[in-house]
This record gives sequence, structure tokens and C-alpha cells, in this order.
Amino acid sequence: MITARRRDGDGETDGDAEAEVEVSDLHATIQGSHVLQGIGFTVPHGGVTALLGRNGVGKTTTLRSLIGLQPATGTVRIGDQRVTGWPAHKIIRLGVGYVPEDRDVFAKLTVRDNLRIAETKGGGDYERVYALFPELKQRSRQLASTLSGGQQQMLAIGRVLLTRRRLLLVDEPTKGLSPKFVGEVVDALERVKDTATVLMVEQNVHVVRRLAQRVVVLDHGTVTYAGDAAALDDEALVRRLLGVSV
Amino acid sequence: MSTFIAITISGLALGAVYFLVASGLSLIYGLMDVLNFAHGVFLTLGAYAGWAVAQHLPQAGWTFVVTALAATATGAAVAAVTELLLIRPLYGRPVSQILVTIGLDLALVGLLLGGFGSNSRSVQVPAWLTSVTAIGPDRIPNDDWLALGLGLAVLGALTWFLRYTRYGIIIRAGAENRDMVRALGIDVGRAFTLVFAVGGAAAGLGGLLNSVVFASGLVDPTQGDDMLIFAFIVIVIGGLGSITGSAVSAVLVGLVQVYVTFYAGSGGGLAQLGNMSVVLVLAIVLLVRPRGLLGRTA
Repeated sequence: MITARRRDGDGETDGDAEAEVEVSDLHATIQGSHVLQGIGFTVPHGGVTALLGRNGVGKTTTLRSLIGLQPATGTVRIGDQRVTGWPAHKIIRLGVGYVPEDRDVFAKLTVRDNLRIAETKGGGDYERVYALFPELKQRSRQLASTLSGGQQQMLAIGRVLLTRRRLLLVDEPTKGLSPKFVGEVVDALERVKDTATVLMVEQNVHVVRRLAQRVVVLDHGTVTYAGDAAALDDEALVRRLLGVSV
Repeated sequence: MSTFIAITISGLALGAVYFLVASGLSLIYGLMDVLNFAHGVFLTLGAYAGWAVAQHLPQAGWTFVVTALAATATGAAVAAVTELLLIRPLYGRPVSQILVTIGLDLALVGLLLGGFGSNSRSVQVPAWLTSVTAIGPDRIPNDDWLALGLGLAVLGALTWFLRYTRYGIIIRAGAENRDMVRALGIDVGRAFTLVFAVGGAAAGLGGLLNSVVFASGLVDPTQGDDMLIFAFIVIVIGGLGSITGSAVSAVLVGLVQVYVTFYAGSGGGLAQLGNMSVVLVLAIVLLVRPRGLLGRTA
């Protein structure tokens, strides 16, 4: 269900019954700066929703707040659970995967150990990860610190795909990657979106156009637009919301 | 030559005891950035637990296993409770951690002094532990072999645990990036309690061995604080956070201390020369290699 609508940062959500994520009146402060000022939006079940905005508007803070890594007030629902105030590991165990902006692979561990740490009691689906990223299998004994940026991104994504996830939060997956790796990462996300809901922060409008069905735009700590990704075809709107030309 | 071999083995045994105490300290600092000044009292409590259990056991050879297990379990339990109640609320606040652990050490040593007095207690050990084994012309005390064997066993067990078990991998990952471990659905707090417990277990065992091997079987309330100074020297020389570095450093410190004490003699005011030589080694290592033999930047 895709519902295009505009928002003005009023912190309200419509209580969508099919929403995978519902956020309302979310506030977060970092070192005295009021980064999120009562944002509200929903992420419908299935497909890719892109979280857009200029640098520093609070996109990463939003993702971290959803999984409890950033202290925040307001309401966050994932599926039918109200997770506000939960510790991060408990939220993740609902079936949430998080790929951080800087990949955050464990540099002193091998590729295999980076994956192993993400196993659950049922183990891990290594075949699925190696099918998506064959290079990880070839480099399984290599220290993560010796991987290129693109390989580290594959590892960061592979790590969360080792077990079944209902929701993936992916922060700037193509940042700093060569065109070859951008293609591989986008291909992988395209395959993943068939099995999980994806909320993705992404600066590359071309990637957003290819992957996302919906967009949420942040500015100055509030939601300024939430709706169909087709809006990105309106160059004037994109320039007004994001300050870039496409 | 036979004397040299005997004192070398004695130095290695002393190094093994230093390693047992220092490994826990290094593990806790290296993985959790907690400078634990209560570590000394963990080993004292381990030694007292060993003394208390040994009193109620017959003098058979196997009973020392039970005594050692009691010391190890006590060290682990006290350390785990310390982490849960006192350290967990203070992560990211190093000054508070230092003050709390110093306070805990003072309080527990005070309680031991109040409960048992300042007189030493004697741990009962089986007869085989106080005899010697002849190897050619050399007569090596059995307790030296015991310390050496347990030191090697703990080194092997810690290395295996950290490298090959999933919990060990989680602990190493947590030392690199705590938030990311949480973001993978892992309760990192539980892993850190385990680190404290493992460190406390090694300290408890080290405390008992220190009493049995190097203090004529005597246990006293301040023995942990004395050992803690050497444990800190060992982990700084070895490199903060490196278990292998601690092992190498503990052997170096043990050997230097024993050689200097033996060859320089202990008469005419030279009794402290062995201890001073250890401080000299520390100074040289810090001058030449400030991050220690195998560690990250100090």
C-alpha cells in the first residue's frame, strides 16, 4: 500500500495497519543540538523506502534512534511492538538488521568471524550470503581491516543477511564506493527487498530512483515530505527539498 | 649449572603466577577499558576461599583440585558481582571506575582484616606439593611445576576461548565497537560480565598459587595489593590489552626478579634489589617501546 502525502513535521502518523515501522513525535538531542524535532513517518510493509535530506539533517540519527542506539523520546513501533526505550539488542531480535554508514566491520576479526558473530541460535544462512557476495567466501580467512571499502560494505550487508530479517535499516550503502561495487551493492539490495522491508538512507538519487518506491525527506530535524518516489522525477521539487539537481 | 636450572624454573613459576593475576587485569582493561584496582582483592578472596575449603578436606592429593576450584570460583563470582553492581553503571566514566574499584578494594581488605585479623592463615596442602622432583642433579620443588603447568593451561584456555569460541569473538568485537555488537542483537553487557568473571577466576587461582608457592602457604588480607603492583607492571611491559604480551612479560619479570635476587644476594640492604630490577625493566621498556612489547598504544 503506497500512500503519497505531504508532511510538515507535525509529528503525527496515521496508524497504518500495514506499516512495518511507525514513528511519531521522535526527538533526539546530540551534544546539546536538537537534531530530531518531533519527526513522524511510516514505512509500509515490503519494498524500499528512502530517507533523504541534506547532510546533517538527522538521517543517521533517525536510523540509530529506531534501534535504540541513539537515546530518543517519542514513539517507535516495529510491526506490532512499541519498542521505545528498549535496549538495542532486544529491538534487533525482532528481526531488524542494521547496516551502518561507516560499515563498522570488526577490523581485527576475519571475514568469517564477522559473519559468525551475527549467527543466532539457529546458526546462519552462509549459502545465501555467499550467493549474493561470492567474494566473501574466497576471503573468509582474511582480516576485515584488509578489505577494500566495497568488500567491507559487502561484509556489512552480508552480516545482516546471515539470518532472516523482516526489516533492514541501511545507511548510505553506496557511499564512497567505486561504480563496480555500487552496482553489486544495489543488485544485492534489489534482491533483498523481495524478502524484507528496507529503510535506506541514500544520497545518490539515481540509486534511490532504481530501488525505492517511497521517500521520506528530512530537513532541519522535521519531515518535509513523505510519499511516492515518483516525486523524484519532479526536478523542481527535488531541488527544493534536497538542494540538488538531477 | 644445576642451581641455574632450579632458579630458572623458580623464575618461570613466579612468572606463571604473575601471568595468572595480570591476565585478568589485562583482559578487563584491554577489552572493556576498565582499570580495575579491586583486582588485587579478587585474588586475596580466592586465596581465603582456598584456605577455608582446605581446612575441611583430608590431606589427600586430589583435595588440592577442590581447593583450587574454590579459589577460582570465588574469584569469578566476586568479579561478576562487581561488574554487575558497580562497573556496569559506570561504563564510559573511567575516573568513577577507578574511584569505585579503589574504594571496593579498601572496603573488602578492611572487612578481611576485621574478620580474620592481620595474622596470616596457613593453607593446608597435600604432601606431594611440598616435596621435590629430582631431574638429574636438580631438585625442583613440585609447587613450581604446579604453577608452571597451571599458568600454561590458563594461557592456552584463554587463547582458545578468545580466538575460537563465539563468545570469545563477541568479546573481541565488543572491545572494537560495542554499539555494533548491540546492533547485531547481542547483549553485550552479558559478555562483559563474563570477561570480568574470567579475569576474576584467573586472579582467584593466582592468589591461591601465590600463597602456596611463594608465601609458604600463608594467606593474608593485603597480599593482593602487593601482587597488584607487579601485575600492573607486567601488563604495562607486555602491552595493555595483550594476553600474549602479558605472558611474555610475566616470564621476563619473574626471571629477572629471581635471578637478581639470587645472584645479587639479599644481605647488606640488597633485599629489595630484585623488586627494583623489575622497575628498571619497566623503565627501559617504556623508553624503548612505549606501547609495551605486544600491545596497543599505552
